[in-house]
Amino acid sequence: MERQKISEKFSELRERKEGALICYIMAGDPSTEGTCAVVKALVDGGADIIELGFPFSDPVADGPTIQVAGQRALAAGLDTQRYFELVKALEVRIPLVCMTYYNPVFRYGVEKFVEHAADSGISGLIVPDIPVEEAADLKNSCDKHGVDLIFLVAPTTTEERIRKILERGSGFLYLVSRLGVTGAREDVSSSTRELLSRIETELPKAVGFGISTGKQAEEVRKAGADAVIVGSAFVRIIEEGKEVSERLEALARELKSGITRAS
Amino acid sequence: MTEIKVSEFPIKDSDLNELANELAGSKKNSKVGETGQVKGKYGKYGGQYVPEVLMPALKELEEGYEQYKNDPEFLAELDHYLQEFAGRKTPLYFARNLSKKYGSKIYLKREDLVHGGAHKLNNAIGQALLAKYMGKTRLIAETGAGQHGTATAMAGANLGFETVVYMGAKDVKRQQMNAYRMELMGTEVKPVETGSKTLKDAINEAFRDWVTNIENTHYLIGSVVGPHPYPVIVRDFQSVIGREVKEQILQKEGHMPDSIIACAGGGSNAMGIFHPFVGNKEVKLIAVEAGGKALKCTEKAALHSACLCAGEEGILHGARTKVLQDKNGQILESESISAGLDYSGVGPELAYLSESGRVTARYATDNEALEAFHELSRLEGIIPALESSHALAYLKKASEAGELGEVVVVNLSGRGDKDLETVLSLRGGI
Repeated sequence: MERQKISEKFSELRERKEGALICYIMAGDPSTEGTCAVVKALVDGGADIIELGFPFSDPVADGPTIQVAGQRALAAGLDTQRYFELVKALEVRIPLVCMTYYNPVFRYGVEKFVEHAADSGISGLIVPDIPVEEAADLKNSCDKHGVDLIFLVAPTTTEERIRKILERGSGFLYLVSRLGVTGAREDVSSSTRELLSRIETELPKAVGFGISTGKQAEEVRKAGADAVIVGSAFVRIIEEGKEVSERLEALARELKSGITRAS
Repeated sequence: MTEIKVSEFPIKDSDLNELANELAGSKKNSKVGETGQVKGKYGKYGGQYVPEVLMPALKELEEGYEQYKNDPEFLAELDHYLQEFAGRKTPLYFARNLSKKYGSKIYLKREDLVHGGAHKLNNAIGQALLAKYMGKTRLIAETGAGQHGTATAMAGANLGFETVVYMGAKDVKRQQMNAYRMELMGTEVKPVETGSKTLKDAINEAFRDWVTNIENTHYLIGSVVGPHPYPVIVRDFQSVIGREVKEQILQKEGHMPDSIIACAGGGSNAMGIFHPFVGNKEVKLIAVEAGGKALKCTEKAALHSACLCAGEEGILHGARTKVLQDKNGQILESESISAGLDYSGVGPELAYLSESGRVTARYATDNEALEAFHELSRLEGIIPALESSHALAYLKKASEAGELGEVVVVNLSGRGDKDLETVLSLRGGI
């Protein structure tokens, strides 16, 4: 199935003056078959882009919710090859982004990983443990295969580093809303506002880490975000295992309408 | 007490630079330790593979270290703590009975006599002091068996820090006394329930804490692992071992030793004793890894911890180095009778030195280490740590192979009191 590129999705949304909902789930959690149903529910609920995590045994940027999801996926037998097969088989038109850590990419072979990701219909790659300084190989491979390399910016990131990141990043800019790891939280911190206002770029700004409700999504969009990224709240529904599709769709709908209210 | 020469700290990287350039031939990308583009790289190893949020903290630490490593006030205070609190300098002890048995002159560097019973305090007190100079008020650390956690607890209590130590839940159970020791000194021990619930998970958790609390917190890493500048900082603080050995062996023998043997998990005691000798090419440097049950892997775990001998290139805990991993790049759990060597990675500089041939990597199995543990206890009246017993085990192998040399220094990195329960539970097993 032909899939949209990230830039196409954002220009389409911009025309409609609409913010994007980016949903993260761990591929293969709790099973490869289950992932197809999960993705469908999110798309039905209004997801604009889906991030599909590829698990790593030692995910330092993630909180316990996503780490445990990764362990479930690994225990269910997900490996790199199956991941790409799974991504290829998904019947969705919206852009898919792969989020993983550098060691699985490195071990598979950087060039080969990016090539196979592109072949399977991945349009962007997020590797949270590779700062711009170490990303030359990955960037070259991504450029060659037309995959966006998406970098993270944190409240602690200096102006000098932001400049470097903006030079090399594409697709969208992933703003970490607060210090810490991934995981649903009650408040949306004021550092989000500050971060959104001090970065000037043509790239869409997507805010993630700690967002789980429609109200938070609305606030983040109001503060100037082009997109809202939600992960742990979805992963938790999958973990609980009850009425999964219905609840995923309902949460996605709540988040998307929060974003739309603010637009 | 002999005075420690302040002027010798920090270690100059010039020897290593020379070596790196020599090894790299005309390639100019292997300069070690210099500022600029390849800072923090050892050939292809090292680097800073960390989440963006940590990059400014690493820069702050690097700048802090650069500022204070030559500061006379800092160095005088460090010397004071090393002497009066840690109990340095440690003896270079001629092991008469062991020497007789193996037909070489064998010296033991007595790091087992450092306060806390291991070399770990050299680094912990150095980093804690650095953190104090940098204005931090909170220390966090990871620990496997509890040796580094204990050293951090000592330094933290003494220098007035709020101290938190992350320890795998499995390790807390296995090492209850060590956990209690830390608590006695006012440290909060946080059991880690994620992943394999061992050392590597404790490191992950410490990173997460640091990501969340970087403003007031220093992450006190216990080995020459992690992102730059940690491998440099830990190596420099541990190099006091090698500097003392150099001075002591010249006094006792009038020349350099033929070989220096140290056990290596992450590699801090090995880098500490090796580093001042890297430029002395006539001295053979031997790192002995934990061979565990065998140098084999199952689908989910390695039966050993020998990353230099049997690991593959990968990225773990912020550095490119040799790691134990499966074909999909998932990190394998490691195994060893000695908790202090039980780690799936190794310091990047040690990986580089081993690959370049300057350091020879060998391994000793659990059983060989146990045998050496008993041997030293009986022959010399010194009970070695199971970690250090791996280095001692190599004496037998090397002597049988005729490659021991005339004058040998073994780094006795810790004492074995902490291991009695482990050894007792295995009695009859060997």
